[in-house]
Amino acid sequence: MADGRSQIRRRVGLKLWLSGGWIAFLVMAALCAPWLAPHDPLAQDLFLGRLPPAWVQGAEPGFYLGTDSLGRDVLSRILYGARLALIVALVAGSLTCLIGATLGLMAGFLRGWVDVVISRAIDIWMAFPPVLFSILLIAVMGPGLTSIILAIVVIDWTRFARVVRAEAMAQGAMDYVASAQVAGRRRISTMFTEILPNVLPTIVVLLTLEMGIAVIVEAILSFVNLSISTDDPTWGGMIAEGRTSIHQAWWVLVFPLVTLFLTVLSFSQLGEGLKDRFDPVLR
Amino acid sequence: MSFLAIKGLSARLRDTSFPILRDVFLSVEAGEVHGLVGESGAGKSMIGKALLGILPTSIEITHGTIELDGVDLLRLPPAERRRRIGATAALIPQDPLTALNPSRRIGPQITDRLVDILGWARSTAEARARELLDEVHIPDPVRVMRSYPHELSGGMRQRILIASAFAAEPKLIVADEPTTALDVTVQKQILKLIAEMQARHGTALLFVTHDLGVVSKVCQSLSVLYGGMVVERTTVRDFFREPAHSYSRALLAATPKYTDPLASLTPVPETVIAAVQAEVAAHDRSQRNG
Amino acid sequence: MADLFTIEDLRLSLPDMTKKPLLGQAPRIDILKGLSFTLPKGEILGIVGGSGSGKSTLGRAMVRLLEPTGGRILFDGQDITHLDEDGLRPLRRRFQMIFQDPMSSLNPRHRVGQIIAAPLSLHGFADVPARVMDALDHVGLSRGFANRYPHELSGGQRQRVGIARAIALRPEFILADEIVSGLDVSSQAQVLNLLEGLVQELGLTLAFISHDLSVIRRLCSRVLVLYQGEIVENAATAEVFDAPKAAYTRELLDAIPLPDPDQVWT
Repeated sequence: MADGRSQIRRRVGLKLWLSGGWIAFLVMAALCAPWLAPHDPLAQDLFLGRLPPAWVQGAEPGFYLGTDSLGRDVLSRILYGARLALIVALVAGSLTCLIGATLGLMAGFLRGWVDVVISRAIDIWMAFPPVLFSILLIAVMGPGLTSIILAIVVIDWTRFARVVRAEAMAQGAMDYVASAQVAGRRRISTMFTEILPNVLPTIVVLLTLEMGIAVIVEAILSFVNLSISTDDPTWGGMIAEGRTSIHQAWWVLVFPLVTLFLTVLSFSQLGEGLKDRFDPVLR
Repeated sequence: MSFLAIKGLSARLRDTSFPILRDVFLSVEAGEVHGLVGESGAGKSMIGKALLGILPTSIEITHGTIELDGVDLLRLPPAERRRRIGATAALIPQDPLTALNPSRRIGPQITDRLVDILGWARSTAEARARELLDEVHIPDPVRVMRSYPHELSGGMRQRILIASAFAAEPKLIVADEPTTALDVTVQKQILKLIAEMQARHGTALLFVTHDLGVVSKVCQSLSVLYGGMVVERTTVRDFFREPAHSYSRALLAATPKYTDPLASLTPVPETVIAAVQAEVAAHDRSQRNG
Repeated sequence: MADLFTIEDLRLSLPDMTKKPLLGQAPRIDILKGLSFTLPKGEILGIVGGSGSGKSTLGRAMVRLLEPTGGRILFDGQDITHLDEDGLRPLRRRFQMIFQDPMSSLNPRHRVGQIIAAPLSLHGFADVPARVMDALDHVGLSRGFANRYPHELSGGQRQRVGIARAIALRPEFILADEIVSGLDVSSQAQVLNLLEGLVQELGLTLAFISHDLSVIRRLCSRVLVLYQGEIVENAATAEVFDAPKAAYTRELLDAIPLPDPDQVWT
């Protein structure tokens, strides 16, 4: 049938390539930090303090993005900082996704008392102020990688649960679910074979978004000194330091900030791009 | 001089240049009811939308003119065009459940247009709305005007939309599948109502539908569309007595008819589809070459 | 001839959540108000009625997507009224359903082949791929369709996939719920012809729900007219159309716009 609707195609590609490219670059940088970094990220040299980036007057060769007030190389610290940021993004993002999406899927599709229990839990959970909650958690557990990841998971699983529940509910009302029931498929099996593929695109978008959020949360916690030890290079920690010397050495603030911005943006765009590219319904 | 004259109207998808309307000619006299008939994707709704200036943004008009009451709408600047369409034309939409704003009372939804576009006093507009609701046989108009849409049945809502379309005394109304969402018994009442209102107000009506049964009840003339192209334009009488185009004949034979179950519901033969598709392709070729 | 379905005083009510008081039970709305009829093997039963007549609810109760609140449903002599999913599973192979909207009844993220295969694998058929191909052949779709996604098909083709999925299990009974109402007249005629042929070839018993009496007349041997949850007419097709007894049936017939300008509406 000659029909215009089948002719509509989604423009894909650029978004996916740019965001995916940046993330891939970052992963490489994090993995190869020891070989790529021109200096030891912890090495201090007060004589080399606040050196400007390579293209500014007064730069020293070898310090491409300048140094901070303690003479530590900014580029090396960003590279090593990527390790922590990516670990947090990956682990915290996936765990949050797994827990939140599973609970949301169950609540939205199985309904009944399962839904009542999970929905109430979400409501109660969301009534806690999240920042206070995470600070409290870290105060109790002590700063460290595990605490950061746990804080993110504990706070953010509701984000997944709510969205996935709504989506699963909408899909559950479709006739293909009734059709599976007529065919004699069990509820749990229907949830995985029929519902899950249809909420998966939403989950992927949420997951990448969550990875971006995890990077930000880690930066915020570092900024308020609740992340891992202050010596270790983290983007948030660098931003906090850079803030104090913004008038003397802007580069200490700007480079980690730009990296953080690009990373978070790339994560959110990556999800959208993946959905556009790989969802059979949109393709 | 026809009241509505569409000449050589062509439209296509912006992204892929896929043609949606192909060189459509159409004229409707004042007070005439003209049916636009075709299967889904034939472009019948798009003509009404182009005329009312509500085409989706993904579709662009490439050439042609739409003359409404002697003025080519497509040549007018956008603001002027909106004003002119608002003053002379109206729409009876397909789905009465979504066409009314669920969070506002019925009364203002009818009178807004009169007050905002035509500059009537609110009290005059309200009096007019009551009069119209009475005209479309709605009992207790005062109470209905204070109601919210969800408090009324589908048939009731469609009556309100009809009243609302006639409110500003438009010279042309586009009815886009106005009874498709309704039960057959309600459909009958609504069709009779539309015919009654149309006759009383002498409005020209462009009636978009896929149902040949409905066409035979309300229209005087019709255009049959396929692939955005008008394949036949004729009077209703001639069409049902002797359709000229093979596609029209096949469409008529495929339409169910409970009085004649064996002769109706004949599938449209592949050869007929192939022939009409070839016609569309030939038209596209001639467009490219000339 | 034996009855495949025997329905006795079937009742179904749903809680009206819009009128639920803060505490306590929501009042119930009666959707089906005591329906009794039988469906003999090999018959094509038309179920007709306006919106809110309960025709879809009746259908969904028959294939036990809904559990009745009263009365009995016997399928081939077995009481299935209150069977749970485990009890129903062995019977599921024997009654199938085709849905109104093929876009929503076909999982958009599964390929056509997977969609038809799913019920077959669930019921433990050995030669699934061969049966999928056979089902596609039966509905007149070429085998290449197995690799396509539903959104790549036209409305008529999607509905054929719905039919293929239902017949793949070789059921005894199929419920068709408004399966042509979303289709253009040209594909509507094709789908009806196809279904008619399959019913004869495979010896199916069919319940065909529709709001369109013209379609019912073409296809069905018997007609059940529902009005607000009650049966107002239950007779052979010719009788319903030529000498309708219920006032509602007459009203329904009078309201059909025939494609004929000489028919005058009163």
